[in-house]
Amino acid sequence: MQGLMDGLINGTIIGLGAIGVTLTYSILRFANFAHGELVSWGAYLALSISAALGALLPGLGTPIGPFSFGWSVPIAIAGSIILTSTLALGVDWLLFARLRAKGSAVIILVMASFGAALAMRNLLEFIYTSQPAYFTTALQISKPLFAGMRATPDQLLVIGLSGVLVLVVHLLLTRSSAGRSMRAVSENVQLASLSGIDVRSVIRMVWILGAALAAIGGIMSGLLVQIRPTMGLDLLLPLFAAAILGGIGSVPGAMLAGIIVGLAEALTVQMIGAEWRAAVSFVILIGVLLMRPQGLFGKAMA
Amino acid sequence: MIDLLSYGAFFLTMALSYSVICLGLNVQWGQTGLFNVGVAGFVAVGAYISAVLTTPETAERLGGFHMPIALGWLGGGLGAAFLSALVGAVTLRLRADYLAIATFGAAVVIQLVLLNLETITGGPFGIGFIPRPFGDLATNANAFGLANLVLMAVLVLVTYLVLEHLVRSPWGRVLRAIREDEDAARALGKSPERFRLQAFALGGFVMGLGGAAQAHFIGFIAPDNYLPTLTFQVWTMLIIGGAGNMRGAILGGVLVWGIWAMSGNLVSQLFPAEHQARASSLQIVMIGVALCAVLLMRPRGILGEVKTLSRHLGPRKPEDTVREG
Repeated sequence: MQGLMDGLINGTIIGLGAIGVTLTYSILRFANFAHGELVSWGAYLALSISAALGALLPGLGTPIGPFSFGWSVPIAIAGSIILTSTLALGVDWLLFARLRAKGSAVIILVMASFGAALAMRNLLEFIYTSQPAYFTTALQISKPLFAGMRATPDQLLVIGLSGVLVLVVHLLLTRSSAGRSMRAVSENVQLASLSGIDVRSVIRMVWILGAALAAIGGIMSGLLVQIRPTMGLDLLLPLFAAAILGGIGSVPGAMLAGIIVGLAEALTVQMIGAEWRAAVSFVILIGVLLMRPQGLFGKAMA
Repeated sequence: MIDLLSYGAFFLTMALSYSVICLGLNVQWGQTGLFNVGVAGFVAVGAYISAVLTTPETAERLGGFHMPIALGWLGGGLGAAFLSALVGAVTLRLRADYLAIATFGAAVVIQLVLLNLETITGGPFGIGFIPRPFGDLATNANAFGLANLVLMAVLVLVTYLVLEHLVRSPWGRVLRAIREDEDAARALGKSPERFRLQAFALGGFVMGLGGAAQAHFIGFIAPDNYLPTLTFQVWTMLIIGGAGNMRGAILGGVLVWGIWAMSGNLVSQLFPAEHQARASSLQIVMIGVALCAVLLMRPRGILGEVKTLSRHLGPRKPEDTVREG
């Protein structure tokens, strides 16, 4: 039963990242291999802000209520969201926008994202070294919930916050005019721009939204486990598996599929062994591509 | 002087082994437009199969079949080709970037297998005592180095000639036709799926062959040799050398390996030992930036693709030329 809880927590983090992947995929139309690096950068940027705050104003480090972290962490989350979004927009301006302007093929964008991921990941390793880092060293006692499951307050916060975020993003996409423009661009770029939608601002919105969710996912993973330069690379395959399983373009699908991937990983760890965990996403991916390439909630793509 | 000679031979042999791998990627990407993000995995399969087939029998792990080196190379190539065909069969009928995601995943799983299936792969420590070609000459460093260099050069040459012959054959023309305009090729009765699968498997064979040759030259292999960085390196080689051009692929292998080895030397001289791991990550940042810069500024590489036209058509008039897409 405890495996279920762990799977659920990991799954929500995968889901948050997969929402970003699915949005860039459906609106910018390419598989972004650099998305995992936004997760790592988000976590490291928050770590730096939180450490700086903690050094300047030690009062911010005292834990809030039952949680393991002080007010420096929520402030760091806000700061990291802004910085990670800026980073994503910067990479787009420097690389992807130029390739789009040249009319490059989709696969060139994929390849460029591959090169960008390599540079971003190793830059992190250069700045922060490959040693794992932590937000706090405080230990948390997990509290019994029901049916023998236990969870720490931090873990429950992560699950609750993820649920709220998915709801917010889903409402944003389905109910707001910005969301309508995004969906219009994902249907047909030419028609959307003919009907007066500013495609550039839609693209900016996609990057900001994707980077913000990636940063939050990275910070959550950092709070619960640890922060490493390769955390984004390790997440990349689960992110793609979840985005494709959920159906490209579907936000609730990405979250649900993220949880499925997380639970499947937890199950594998219990039944087969932790060393095979990373293979789960691949098996799911191949299964989906063989049986239902459009995913659970996706439309068949040309 | 003597040191310089054997170092030069060693360096060139390594560089040429990358050229072989790069030629394999060129069949997939340069000729057919198939994006393989799992190069390291397919190279590893070739290297490990060849190592298991040729090493002497050992107690710690299964295998060690003590076969001749040539059989090992062949087995390595065939194994990588078989795996490529499997991955290709699942993904080639879908969107182009699904192949990228699936090959990336395949490389992750292959890395896991190398690490965890200790009874076959030797686990994290890998496989040692892989027989080296011309092992009898090992006492004479220069003769040994030169003999291996010649062998690797012959392998590159033969691979080059065979592939060049293939891409100029009707089969190669169909590949390019599919890459440029799939619907037109289909209308002419060619099955894009079948040709793509063949090209993907052929490219996988060459990569596996390159991996096997490299493993035998170094003499030991471990999972760490086949991390995603290797994939990036090979891609950079092909893109810089010139995708679609076989000679470009060979040149790119030698050139990028040269830059890599030199910058590695520089790092080890400039930085104290405790900072070297950190500094070598800058080396990889550089490769990533170089790859992006070439994609932006000179997408065709140093030696771009040579336009092959039927000799009956004669020289093209300028107004006929289509913009590079």
